[in-house]
Amino acid sequence: MTETPSPTTSMDDHARPPGDLAIWIFICAELLVFAVFFASYAFTRANHVELFNEWQQHLNRNYALLNTLALITSSYFVVRAIAAIRDGLRSTSLRWLLAAIAMGALFLVVKSMEYAEHYSQGINLRTNLFFMFYFSLTFFHFMHVLLGMVILGANAAILSRGGYSPENHRGMETGGSYWHMVDLVWLILFPLVYVMR
Amino acid sequence: MKYQSQAVAKPYFIAAIGLFVGQILFGLIMGLQYVWGDFLFPEIPFNVARMVHTNLLIVWILFGFMGAAYYLIPEETENELWSPKLALLMFWIFLVAGALTILGYLLVPYAKLAELTMNDLLPTMGREFLEQPTITKLGIVVVALAFLLNIGMTLLKGRKTVVSLVMIIGLTGLAVFFLFAFFNPDNLVKDKFYWWWVVHLWVEGVWELILGSILAFVLIKTTGVDREVIEKWLYIIIAMTLITGIIGTGHHYYWIGTPEYWQWWGSIFSAMEPIPFFMMTIFAFNMVNKRRRNHPNQAAVLWALGTAVMAFLGAGVWGFMHTLSPVNYYTHGTQITAAHGHMAFYGAYAMIVLTMISYSMPLMNGRKAANSNKSQVAEMWAFWLMTVSMVFITLFLTGAGILQTWMQRYTDTPISFMEAQSKIAVFYWMREIAGVVFLVGLLLYIASFFIGRNDPEAVVTEKVAAE
Repeated sequence: MTETPSPTTSMDDHARPPGDLAIWIFICAELLVFAVFFASYAFTRANHVELFNEWQQHLNRNYALLNTLALITSSYFVVRAIAAIRDGLRSTSLRWLLAAIAMGALFLVVKSMEYAEHYSQGINLRTNLFFMFYFSLTFFHFMHVLLGMVILGANAAILSRGGYSPENHRGMETGGSYWHMVDLVWLILFPLVYVMR
Repeated sequence: MKYQSQAVAKPYFIAAIGLFVGQILFGLIMGLQYVWGDFLFPEIPFNVARMVHTNLLIVWILFGFMGAAYYLIPEETENELWSPKLALLMFWIFLVAGALTILGYLLVPYAKLAELTMNDLLPTMGREFLEQPTITKLGIVVVALAFLLNIGMTLLKGRKTVVSLVMIIGLTGLAVFFLFAFFNPDNLVKDKFYWWWVVHLWVEGVWELILGSILAFVLIKTTGVDREVIEKWLYIIIAMTLITGIIGTGHHYYWIGTPEYWQWWGSIFSAMEPIPFFMMTIFAFNMVNKRRRNHPNQAAVLWALGTAVMAFLGAGVWGFMHTLSPVNYYTHGTQITAAHGHMAFYGAYAMIVLTMISYSMPLMNGRKAANSNKSQVAEMWAFWLMTVSMVFITLFLTGAGILQTWMQRYTDTPISFMEAQSKIAVFYWMREIAGVVFLVGLLLYIASFFIGRNDPEAVVTEKVAAE
């Protein structure tokens, strides 16, 4: 890969799209899978509107709202981390990045509590069509949050070893791009599954 | 060849090609039995021919994978193989066990074979593709463990690259999932459920990692493109493979008594399984376009590109055709499945082994980089004969499958299975002719190892335009 290091760090100098091209191919592929999932949900719901509306009541929107805030906040933290490394503030950048990962962890904890509640009520994948979709979609997303945290964790490890600089922090942009994708998917999933009636 | 011990790959490759010939011969016998039911009856009944055809395929691909690993791992790790002697010992054990098993299929009635091999002590026989006597299965485990030990130790003491790590993950997965061949629950649903953990998670899971790593290795060697770039592609390809392929197992769970959510999971995830194959195609062509040098072994480059295209068509497109559960409801177990199976196995796994053989055999035979021009021309002819005839086999079987689905299932007045079979016989005849062409291609492929043997090596004349 040929990359011309630029001495300045103004936004205009950064390549579009940010990060590695490979991650964008991966992101597109991932979005395609989610898109098919969302479309299946939508078509199935259209045929079973009452069932979906009735069972949607059993979801805890407070948890979901908390999780939405957690993910949006963590995306913001990633932005701050990348802004910090662009200014050469390595330890500040690392702190933002760790905070972003912590927010991801919060998401996982809250989501697990939600799952535990469902299971204690005897609700599972086989309860009905709505919950089949609910569990499949949210768990698939859950695994993506986990993967995103692993990627951000790898970024943090490299950052703490001094692997990124204001000139070269493409790896962080790559990880950040993926994390924003995970966030974005949730921002569609949340209204679609929890709110829309 | 950089390390002496890489040469242990050679007997593995020779055995692979030999068994490949056997596979094709039994394929032709069976193909004829489709239209001439009594052909070679009672000597070789259809079910036995089928068992030999599919088992030989699996065994020769495994020989090919092991040979590929024995060649690739020392070069990637930059040191000699941990124990070439162990590798050779395992070769003979595997070959003898494989040959005895095939002879057992051919010479003894299957029930008798089960009795002779004491299947009742640990019953594992009688299931499609896993027909091997339990003792053969145990032998496979021993060979696989010794192989993994050998490869693993070599990896531990040498350089660790993404290519070799992906390969060893794939090979370990192959061994681990094979263990489900020993799990044989009485409940038929559970039996089938875990049977797919061997069959599906092999070919649509861990084998794809092995395929990806071999393809990456050959592309690094023949194009001179930066390892870093190739490794990045490998990462996203295997990530997509695992994301889609693991839950994609669900496309086998539609009609066997599993919960309804498998209809959705199987349909959605397996519909995405073409993505990693599509990425592989883009990857291979991109790397060849960005090449830093023209490698003199053009036959190997042709095989590599051919693998990428045929794997996408066979595994990706032909798999997608019947993977959605509402479609599969009608097409399940028809000739469409056979069409997909043929092109996918040839395109993904037969071709990747032939790619590796094409790249490494000249080096193991003492050439510096490539065979003579004459030899390569013969090999490329063989490539086209086999590949084009496989395309035709696939198209004829697809035609047969569509008609079969139509007449036997998707109609208000369905006809019987045998009646439908007789109506599509013409497709079977054409498939058989294409099969004969395939055999000719395979024989020419073998001949290419002997053609132009004493001629000088092919050299590169033109410069790379891209530079």
